[in-house]
Parts: sequence; C-alpha cells; structure tokens
Amino acid sequence: MKNLMVKDENDRVDGVLKVTGQAKYFAEFELPGLTYGVLVTSTITKGKITGLDTKSAERAPGVIAVLSHLNKPSAPLYEQEGGSPMKIFYTDKIFFNGQPIAIVIANTFERATYAASLVKATYEKEAFNTDLHKALKDAAAKKLQGQPNYKRGIENAYQTAEVKIEQEYNLPIETHNPMELHGIIADWKPNNQVTVYAKTQGVKATQNTIANVFKIPLTNVQVNSEFVGGGFGMGLRTWPLEIATVMASKHIGKPVKLVITRMQMFTMVGNRPAATQKVGLGATKDGKLTGITHTAFGESSTYENFTEGVVNMAKFMYQCDNVNTAYTIVPVDLGVPIWMRGPGEATGAFALESAIDEIAHALDMDPLEFRIKNDPEMDQQRNKPFSSKNIKEAYKIGAEKIGWSQRKNKPGSIKEGPWQTGYGVSIGVFNANRGKASVKGVLKADGSLLLQSATSDIGPGTGTGMTLIAHKLLGIPVEKITFELGDSSLPTAPSQGGSATLSTVGSAVNDVCVSLKSTIAELAANSNMSATSDFISVLKKNNLPSIEVNKESQGGKERDNYSLYSFSIHFVQVKVHELTGVVKVSKIVSVGDSGTIVSPKTARSQMVGGAVGGIGMALTEESIIDHRYGRYINNNFADYHVPVNADVPEIEVHFINKPDPVINPMGAKGMGEIALIGFSAAVANAVFNATGKRIRTLPITPDKVLA
Amino acid sequence: MINFQYLRTTSAKSAIALLSKDKNAKFLAGGTNLIDLMKRGVSSPDKLIDINHVPLKQIEQVGNKIHIGALASNTAVAESALIKEKLPLLAQALEAGASAQLRNVATVGGNMMQRTRCGYFYDTEMPCNKRKPGSGCGAIGGFNRMHAIFGTSENCIAVHPSDMCVALVALDAEVILANAKGERRILFKDFHRLPGDTPQLDNNLKNDELIVRLEIPIHPFSKNIHYLKVRDRTSYAFALVSAAVAIELQGNQIKDVRLALGGVAHKPWRLTSSEAFLKGKEATLENFQQAAQLAMADAKGYGENDFKLKLTPNTIIEALNLAKSKA
Repeated sequence: MKNLMVKDENDRVDGVLKVTGQAKYFAEFELPGLTYGVLVTSTITKGKITGLDTKSAERAPGVIAVLSHLNKPSAPLYEQEGGSPMKIFYTDKIFFNGQPIAIVIANTFERATYAASLVKATYEKEAFNTDLHKALKDAAAKKLQGQPNYKRGIENAYQTAEVKIEQEYNLPIETHNPMELHGIIADWKPNNQVTVYAKTQGVKATQNTIANVFKIPLTNVQVNSEFVGGGFGMGLRTWPLEIATVMASKHIGKPVKLVITRMQMFTMVGNRPAATQKVGLGATKDGKLTGITHTAFGESSTYENFTEGVVNMAKFMYQCDNVNTAYTIVPVDLGVPIWMRGPGEATGAFALESAIDEIAHALDMDPLEFRIKNDPEMDQQRNKPFSSKNIKEAYKIGAEKIGWSQRKNKPGSIKEGPWQTGYGVSIGVFNANRGKASVKGVLKADGSLLLQSATSDIGPGTGTGMTLIAHKLLGIPVEKITFELGDSSLPTAPSQGGSATLSTVGSAVNDVCVSLKSTIAELAANSNMSATSDFISVLKKNNLPSIEVNKESQGGKERDNYSLYSFSIHFVQVKVHELTGVVKVSKIVSVGDSGTIVSPKTARSQMVGGAVGGIGMALTEESIIDHRYGRYINNNFADYHVPVNADVPEIEVHFINKPDPVINPMGAKGMGEIALIGFSAAVANAVFNATGKRIRTLPITPDKVLA
Repeated sequence: MINFQYLRTTSAKSAIALLSKDKNAKFLAGGTNLIDLMKRGVSSPDKLIDINHVPLKQIEQVGNKIHIGALASNTAVAESALIKEKLPLLAQALEAGASAQLRNVATVGGNMMQRTRCGYFYDTEMPCNKRKPGSGCGAIGGFNRMHAIFGTSENCIAVHPSDMCVALVALDAEVILANAKGERRILFKDFHRLPGDTPQLDNNLKNDELIVRLEIPIHPFSKNIHYLKVRDRTSYAFALVSAAVAIELQGNQIKDVRLALGGVAHKPWRLTSSEAFLKGKEATLENFQQAAQLAMADAKGYGENDFKLKLTPNTIIEALNLAKSKA
C-alpha cells in the first residue's frame, strides 16, 4: 500500500490543513465581543408585510437588537430611491417564501434562534405562482427573452428531414447544497472600517458590493475567505443576508456572525433553476445532421432576471448547416437562481445530448458513430477554427476503457437476472475563459517564493495549481512555494467561476515567474555569475534579501481568430433493476480535453467531483416545492438526495493533456464545468440502452423507470 | 432557546417515576429524531429524561426467545453474533436503516418511537393533522410520493419510517412495557397504530410507560431471508417500499413464511393473507406473483405515490426471489 505520509509534489498544498481541521472556515473565526444573528423569514410567498411584532423578541434574554424594514439600519445605497427591488430591510414586499425579513442579534446563537421564533409578522397576501409549468400554460404570465434568438440556415429545418425527432426535456430545481452552510462574520468599526470573514467565490466582488452598499472607500472593506467549504456557484454574489449582517454590525457596533440553516440554503442563496426544453433534430438517412432546433424556458425570479447559457451548445457542437435556438426566462415567485456548476450548459446538455442519442437510435446507428460522423471541423457559429479540440481521440479512449464494444445497439439486450445493463455516452463543453488578474511574487534569499493574489479556492485546488506552475518554471521545490489567496488586500483577481481561475490567475503566476527568472539572469550577468547560477546565490551575491515582481496578465486577440472551448466525454455503464426500477451507475469513464493538465491530482479530483455531481443531477437531486404554498418540502440533507459513497462506482479519469496553442502560456483550459456538463445525459442514454425506456425528466428515480 | 429541564437517571424505576410527574416530559435515548423535532418546533418537551444510562442494553437468548433491551443501539443489535445467527432478517433490516453514524446512537426503543418523515409534519407553517389535529393533511393533494397506500385515513397518509420495525413485525416480536404498576406485553404488530381519526397517535404506548425490551421467538428462519429496501439512493434514504421476507423451505415447498412491508403504511405492514396463501405451496414465481397481488387488495394511491401500486408487488416478488435463492 502507498504510504500516504510520503509527500508527492502534486499533493494538495492545503490537504493536511484540511484533513486535520487546521484550515479555518469563515464561521470558525472568534472575534472579541462576537454576537450572533439569526434571520426571520417570510412564511408567505408573495405580498406585503403589514405588521412585524418584535417586542417579545427584543425582551428575550440576551437580545441586542432586532433589525428589519421597520428600523431600516443604515445602508446609504438603499436609502436612495429606486435600484434593486430586493433591498433587504428597505422593502416591505415579499417576493418569495423564506425571504429574510428581519435579523435578530443576541449574545448567543441559541438565544438569537429563540428570539427569532418570537418575531411575528402579519401580511397582506397576493396570489402567487412558483411553478414553471403552470406559468408556461398561462398566456398572461410574463415571459422574457433570455438571449437573442439564433438562426443559421433554415429555421426548423429538422421538420423536413429524412429522419427526425422532436422531444421535450425537463429538469427540476437543483440546490447547490455545499457541505458548508452560507453566512458571514462582519465587524464594523467606528471609523467605518469593516472586516468580514466570508464564504465567497470572489473576495474582490464581496469587497466591491459592501463598499458600494455602504458608500465607503473600497480600502475600508477587508474581506477574508481563505477556505471555502464548497461553492458550486452559490458564492458568486453577495446575498442580502450578507448585507443584513454588515448592517447589523454597523448598527450595534459589535462583530456579528450569521450562519444560515440548511433549510434557508434552499430559499435565499440561489439554485439551478428548473427548465423545460424542446429539441428537434433532423438527419439524412445515412446519419448527417441537417437541422437542430433547441428552445428552452428557464425559471427566473420576479425581482431580478437570471439568465444562463442553456442553448449555447446547440450552436456549435455539431456540424450542421441549419440551427436555430431560443431561450426564454419565466419569472416565478421564488428566490433568484444563480449559476450552479456547469450552469446553463449542464441544463442544455441534458436535452441536446439525450436528443442526439434519440436520433442515433431512430437511425439505428451506434450513437458514438453518429457523434463522430457529426463532429465539427470548425466552429460554424463563429466561423472560426477551434484553438484545440481532440474529441475524436477522447471518444476513442473512453470507448475502449468503458468497453463500448460490449454495448448492443438494441436496447434491453444485456441482462443478468433482474438487472439490465446499458451503456451511454455524452459530450460536455464550456467556454475556455481567460480573464485579467494580478499576482505579486516575492523571491527570497532563503530559497522560498511567495505568490499572492486575491483569488479564491472553493475546493478545486487553486493554490496547488499555482504552486505547480511556479515550480515547473522556476524549479523551486513545492514546499518552498506559498500561494496566498482569499484576501481582498492582495493583488486583484476575478471571482472563481466559469472554470477560469487556472487560466486567468495561472497566466499571471506564469508572467511573474518568467519575469523573476529574467531578473535573476540579469543580476547574475551583472555580477559576473554564470547564467546557470541558482537564484539563492545570485540574491546573496547582490546582497538582496528578496526581489519582488507584480504582474497583471490577460489574453490578447486570440479570441478574434479562434473559438476556445474545453471538452469532456462521459461514458457510463448502468445497471437497471427491471422489478424495482433502481438505477445503479456501475462504471464511469470521463475523458477531459482541456489542454495541458497543470495539476494532475486536483484535475482528476475535479473530474471525479463532476461525475458525482452528475450522478446526483441524473438520479437523485430535486428540490421539491408544494406549489399550493410556495414552500420547499424536502429542504434537508435526509430528503434532498445528494449521492452517497454507495451510489458512486470507481471513476476512471483520462486526460488528452495536449497544450492549447493559444489560450495562455500554460496551454491549459479550465475544466471545473466540463466535469459535470453532459454527464446526466450519458446516464439517461445508458438507462435507455439498458431498458428501452427514454426518461426525459430528471432525476431518474425508480418511479419513472417503472412507469 | 426554549428552556427545558434535563434530567438523567440510571434506573428504569426512577425513569418511570420522573415521567409520571410531568405530562410534558419525554425520554431521551439516542435523540436522533427527537432533537430534530425540538429544533423544528414540532416537539417542545418541558423535561427531557435521559435514559441512556439505564441498564437496558442486553442482547441475549432466554429460553427459546431473544431478548433485546430497549436501549441497545441499532449498531449493537445489527452486529451482534447472536442476532446474526438467530435473527439475520433483523440484522439486515437494521443495516438498511439510516447511516452508520445514526445507527451508532439510535436505540431499539427510539427506532420504534421515531416519528414520520412526512415534510408537512416537520414544517410548522403547513397543515398537518398529526402535528396539529384538525389543521388538515398537507400530503393529500400535495407532495405524497413517499406516502402510504395501505391503512390510510382522510386525516393522514404518513408512513412509519423504520426498517427495523418491518423485520420485527415479520418475526412476531413482542414488546414489554413498564409503568409504575408493573409490566405488560403487547404484540409488536399491535404496537403501532393506523391514523384513523387520531393521526397524532403513532402507537399504543401509554404516556406513563417506558419500553423495556423486545422478546422475539427463535424461528427456523435463518437461511432463506431477505430485507429488500427500494429507495432513491443507495444509503441514507427512507424506503419507497421495503419488504422483509423469511421462508422456511422444505425442498421447494414453503413450510412457513413471514412477509412484511415498510414505506407503505402508518405502521409496519404485515402481509398475513399472502403468508397464508404461500404456506404449503411451491416456491415458484407464479405463486410469488399471486401472493404479491393478494397483498395489494386494499391498496390506494394518492397521485404521486401511485407508482407504489406497481413497485410494492414487484418488491415483494423480488424479495421472495432473493430469499429463496439464498444457498
């Protein structure tokens, strides 16, 4: 057995801290005089607060303050007219059930919890709707264009194709549900300096929002968020509950900690919105796609619009001259959604990738053969070549590893006792982003390198990736490299989202290291040292304790000439029980085509995590609302089913690992999203192959298989 | 926080004495369900009487019966060599329940006393006749995918969530209860109630009583047994439908059989007519199918749980198949 105590240079730099409990998450910070906030939430779905009785709460033991729209705690932006309608404590309007309407602050969490239960609201109720499908049937319900309609060639060309399919696909609300509950600690000082310990995917974004709402200089806001216990997108904005906590600290002049409950995680920190989609595909008899039509309706809220890239993939993923898409958002009386891993593309890929399997079946073709036959040589949407794309190779590797040759094209062909076996494949794709970031590097005469950037690590291993980039360029041992992040006072970096961190911040790390290298070479030359002299001797010879470099890095015009995407291919084998309808994913092979793999272990972990999330999306996860009340029914970890270990088979991960020639100096494209995108369709396709049942509504639970 | 008194006792006698002093007192054992209920505002006892130190953890053979103390943990029972040998169906059912962490602290008595997991019962903003008699049933006409198809009433369609209890009702267990006056025994099948007009009552335990132990006769069912739990994920999920099956085979003939279901009723659901049908017959698929159909005589779906009308007989058949095929 491998000795886990022997360090591997590819190990997670914060692995030991995490598994020994030394990594400190936001809620673990203890400040002198810390107080505790608990939110009171609306029990109606739409209407107006007509009365809020806070007297018994205010009299309860340990209570310091009860803040609500009645006392409008100071927040200069909210004091202005207009702007966002969801200005917490500056509106009496109720937009969704479970909306925060007051915060109770007490000297212990338990006392705040009890006092919060004593706050009684009265309401003027209005008719509401929380059901996407009801809104779609209601001609009077508001519908908004979510993205400009897209068309190339003939509209709805699939309808006149030799072979066609047209189907509807439905996804329920999925809730991010990271293990770590959301919240914040805010410490407002009398000099209007505020320090927060946050759970955020962007320390600079949080800093900006707080400075903006409270109209204080950016430098007055210090945001700390070194460790985040999972984000999956829900930490990509500063939520009203965070503003409420800062307001509370400012109001009482003491630090306030708020950690919301698991139930509150379902209503006030976003979700992957429910969606209903139609895909029409047409092909020639010999299997060439001649028409793709993808239309989607996604849930949004009544107080803010939310859009995502649900229909993006249909525009370029397959060689096809006639493509049209439409994406509509439908406001319902729920909290506003937010991107959830693989955001809209994961929603769209379930529909498109199921439909591709359906038309291959209609053609009596192996779906893999159909995919390869329709694999595009270039991006027809933008009329540009792909910067790099190795999909055919990825298909080949995955097919061999999963044992695709065992698959029978006729559904229901492989059976052992009551268990039917099936194989499925799908593709995932996401824009390979690169933003702008700054990194500071300090190379010291003690042989160490310090790198700093105000980026985040919600789990993918940002610090590990950055350390490995520096290690490869400078040859400094990984244990001598420190990468600091999660601190708003560090050089600016964007939020961690859209699979862009390694590409964006990694490029700046690259530039810092290249610059340090040339500075050392220059110093060596100037002090008559050989060009191969190590940096420690060069610094010592020059009596320099350290040298410092700051670099801002961003891409150039490569996007004008190329289409940059990351790709993944997911192969799954499932076993379906013919009597009970239980689906077990029995084997997974995911192949990533995302350029150079900088950090092999954490990259593999990303793919594994994506597959696990994909199993959840495909088989188990669904946030259920009783639309008569607008309230969630299964808002806890016992009833909202994220996959458990027993649901997850061995996951084989392969990477093409070929550098992308244009994206960035590392040749590395992001891969957080592609790990999940498309996975649910691979499972649904495998279930079809096993049973002949096409399930177009997620999650694929036993009742649907038996129906 | 809502203040309550916490008391700890080390004998059954003093526990019962403490309980009799306060109508709104509750025993605290593993607390895996009660604490959740208190946090959600569903239950607000004035007094918690911690009975974890009461010596009722025995797992032993007494004559031709197995005695299990009410405070034996689910893990202790599931892992007991005696139970694995003599009552393997019970061990299997326990292992299908909850998670390892929960089983480590959950007790046998607590498992029997756990409340339904119906979402309307836990949300104090929703109607629920079990939580608040007369407020209505949210699940009827609402989210009822997890709910009962047998023995329901217009007041409540909740299910009892236990796996352990399904095996116990199949195995003809008896429950020994004690109050200040002494002990009484009732059949396990009579411990839990149907909702009827009193959905607030889960069982027939009186409010001055303590569950002391279970007594389970030793059956010849040691080999051809199976507990099949069909659920939405492989572990830590409540049953959509579960079936406890024990067969005594002579050649391919069914000498004796026990059948019970979970996830389908307000109590663990024994299938006596299916048992009577199978007794003496050949263990064939046709007979299993007929027995499964017999079980469905009075079943009623409520919309979202209609699939259980198909899943239930299928689960019975598959559990019988699996029990039969054990070598």
